[in-house]
Amino acid sequence: MRVLMFGWEFPPHIAGGLGTASYGLTRGLASLEGMEVLFVVPKAWGDEDQDVVRLIGANTIPVAYKRIKYLNLLREVSKIEVYSKLVPYTAPEDFWKMTRSQVSDTDVLLKTNVQGKVDFSGTYGSSLMEEIQSYSVVASVIATENDFDVIHAHDWLAYPAGIAAKAVSGKPLVIHVHATDFDRSGGNVNPAVYKIEKEGMDFADKVITVSNLTRDIVINKYGINPGKVTTVYNAVEPMQVKETVKPARGFDEKIVTFLGRITMQKGPEYFIEAAKMVLSRMPNVRFVMAGSGDMMEKMIRRAASLRITDRFYFTGFLKGNDVFEMLGMSDVYVMPSVSEPFGISPLEAMQSNVPVIISKQSGVAEVLTHAVKVDFWDIEAMADAIYGILTYPALSRMFVTNGKEEVEKLKWERAARQVRDIYAETTK
Amino acid sequence: MSSSQKKAICLYFEVHQPFRLRRYRFFDMGHEHYYYDDYTNESIMRKIADNSYLPANKIILDLLNKHKGKFKVTFSLTGIVIDQFRLYAPEVLDSFRELAKTGYVEFLAETNSHSLASLKNRELFMRQVNIHREKMIEYLGVEPQSIRNTELIYSDEIGNWMADMGFKATVTEGAKHILGWKSPNYLYCNAINPRLKVLLRNYSLSDDIAFRFSNHDWSGYPLTSDKYASWINDAAPSADIINIFMDYETFGEHQKKDTGIFDFLKHFPDSVLKSTPFTFMTVSEIADKFQPVSVLHVPSPISWADEERDLTAWMGNDLQTAAVEKLYSLAERVSRSGSEPLMRDWIYLQSSDHFYYMSTKFFSDGDVHAYFNPYENPYQAFLNYMNILSDFELRLNASVPLSHAELTTQNLSAAIEARDEIISKLEDKITKLEKKVESGKKREKEAKGELIKSAKKVSVAVEKPKEKKSTAAKKSTETGKAKKVKTVTGKKK
Repeated sequence: MRVLMFGWEFPPHIAGGLGTASYGLTRGLASLEGMEVLFVVPKAWGDEDQDVVRLIGANTIPVAYKRIKYLNLLREVSKIEVYSKLVPYTAPEDFWKMTRSQVSDTDVLLKTNVQGKVDFSGTYGSSLMEEIQSYSVVASVIATENDFDVIHAHDWLAYPAGIAAKAVSGKPLVIHVHATDFDRSGGNVNPAVYKIEKEGMDFADKVITVSNLTRDIVINKYGINPGKVTTVYNAVEPMQVKETVKPARGFDEKIVTFLGRITMQKGPEYFIEAAKMVLSRMPNVRFVMAGSGDMMEKMIRRAASLRITDRFYFTGFLKGNDVFEMLGMSDVYVMPSVSEPFGISPLEAMQSNVPVIISKQSGVAEVLTHAVKVDFWDIEAMADAIYGILTYPALSRMFVTNGKEEVEKLKWERAARQVRDIYAETTK
Repeated sequence: MSSSQKKAICLYFEVHQPFRLRRYRFFDMGHEHYYYDDYTNESIMRKIADNSYLPANKIILDLLNKHKGKFKVTFSLTGIVIDQFRLYAPEVLDSFRELAKTGYVEFLAETNSHSLASLKNRELFMRQVNIHREKMIEYLGVEPQSIRNTELIYSDEIGNWMADMGFKATVTEGAKHILGWKSPNYLYCNAINPRLKVLLRNYSLSDDIAFRFSNHDWSGYPLTSDKYASWINDAAPSADIINIFMDYETFGEHQKKDTGIFDFLKHFPDSVLKSTPFTFMTVSEIADKFQPVSVLHVPSPISWADEERDLTAWMGNDLQTAAVEKLYSLAERVSRSGSEPLMRDWIYLQSSDHFYYMSTKFFSDGDVHAYFNPYENPYQAFLNYMNILSDFELRLNASVPLSHAELTTQNLSAAIEARDEIISKLEDKITKLEKKVESGKKREKEAKGELIKSAKKVSVAVEKPKEKKSTAAKKSTETGKAKKVKTVTGKKK
């Protein structure tokens, strides 16, 4: 079976869990008999790992004067005219009108460079909406030029691409919900994003969610038929064996770590309040908030007003090896997310032999047994768990050994097999 | 062997409810010294009293009066459950007293706290049994002649202590790994002191009632008293005694009223007396009237818990052993303190249930562990218990400060522990380095071997240039296979 997969990012050029998850799943699929994945990203850098997957950068596809057949519209031919000069279109709504009205042979306007290719940034910049739309047009070009059995689109950025590919090929569309705007915004949903998400889910033949938590949101907030929504839990890549040497700590004190974007979704303020409670009873412990985000300054001010800055550190954004080094130094990892569709990072912490405390409002809580689970707002329970793990070595040991064993069972192959079954249902 | 002798059925029921602990956070330490969840304890006790203890006691009282000595029962009430009856359900205690008055009911001795003291030391065990013995005299007006240990934990050594205290008999599990080919349906005696008789639970017949009674998938369903009596009758040719032991809460709580469990209980004595050669006897009576067939060797402790019938339900993981050790490290000083509130908490903190909740078997086959378990998981159980124990220790330190000698030993043992840790770390390092050296040697050897090989190849190649070409071609196809698909980015098909 051949899969045409649309993502937004691909390792090593990733900004969050989305790239890690879609890459892991792709690897898992490639390990299965008879599965072939063609992975499309807006921008290919050229240094991506292509051992198991063929990667296409949408920025490398010339779209000028392509003839595109819209199968499901029964209209033989229509044409996308691509201008070589910049022709900005006014609003996303107009764009959608244009693509929809292709039946009436309206030209689509697209920004291309002199080679007839579209320049994608592949980031989450200000022209995001524009890029998403361009991406979908290029997607339809890619869909006509390649042979495949099923389309798989990861997260809202790639939904329009998936819809476009389905429109030209008539092949079934599976969309993969790694997060919804309800998670990202804490309730203040962006209508434009919601619209794209809802459209993707409506158009899809099957919807995959990363947890039952997200599944409920998809069903209740987006009104999707529960029968078409299936949960497939994320997994974690087995860790390379080299973490035997724990980095030197320089002081004989315990370290409690928060690692992630410092945004409302991740609940950093609850971590600070819990830290204050622990510090008032335990002197020999330090807290680290690793990451960056729009709430960072507010958090620094809060730590200062609680008078704990002598024991509370902000590292800024960590990447690559620094992440694992930080985990290696930690005695407890805390993820107090207010709303976390899944959350792979606790699994990485467990791989690094660190006990984890996670919020019940995270998808990963559905798969983990050997982790402390607290409500994100229950700072007393959080503080108590931190204190307990730091104080009672037997507890910490149990979490480390059982946790490691547990996390090793969460394999991408298992997730891939479930996804394969979902594909099979759509092509029946 | 004993066809002339009478045959006996021994019914024995355990009655116990722990004092469940309240949610105790670490910042409560040093401020808050009340550890119990009164609301939960009272509501659970009320519920079980109404569903189970009161109706079951009433039925048993009627049966005792009706059969006038042909029907007998043995109970054990823990010291803790007696305290709970006094607090929340005094009428239950009254109804037990009424049962005692008939003279057809035996009550066993045990540790007051339903504790694991028997696994720690003899003195602690004996002291707690004596407290319980006094309690039984005070509240039920009977002095126990026989004894049972917490959750039927038993070993040769524990049995020996029981004999030394003057008890006639004890009860424990008819564990397969102890019995081997032997049958639980005879009387045995302790291996060290044969004066103590040992009654073994027939777990198959016991669990038919306790666990399987309401199981629709079970081939024996529905279980009537006549059917059960016929099974007992079937066992008669190879049995002197049949020991049916279970939690008393089986009647009305584990097996709810609507399963018909009370009707079963009502008709059970009649069915047995009518259609089998068995009569009912209490534990001590059996010890008096039967001869042991053999000595029972139990070198390491057994119990009636879980599939394993050992101690792993309470001491099966690191959390449990850490908590038990911490608790009993305080024992000596608590006995010195003589403080009333400290003693009370000491009793309640020892109940084995706290450690049962910490069992990680909870994750796999923990149905029984989950029963009235106030915690979401074993980690929470441990955390809460240890916080409380830490506060208890703070109070103990204030009341009985560590003596100079104790402080020194504590410091020294801490130093030794730290040393040990360093040593084990260094040992690890050494083995790692040794491995490295070895693998280095190996690689060196391999490298040498390859050198020789390639030297040979070169010489072959010089002789036969054609063959060299073909091997090179083979090699290139192999590398092509290794990488499944590799296409340059954006390359069109």
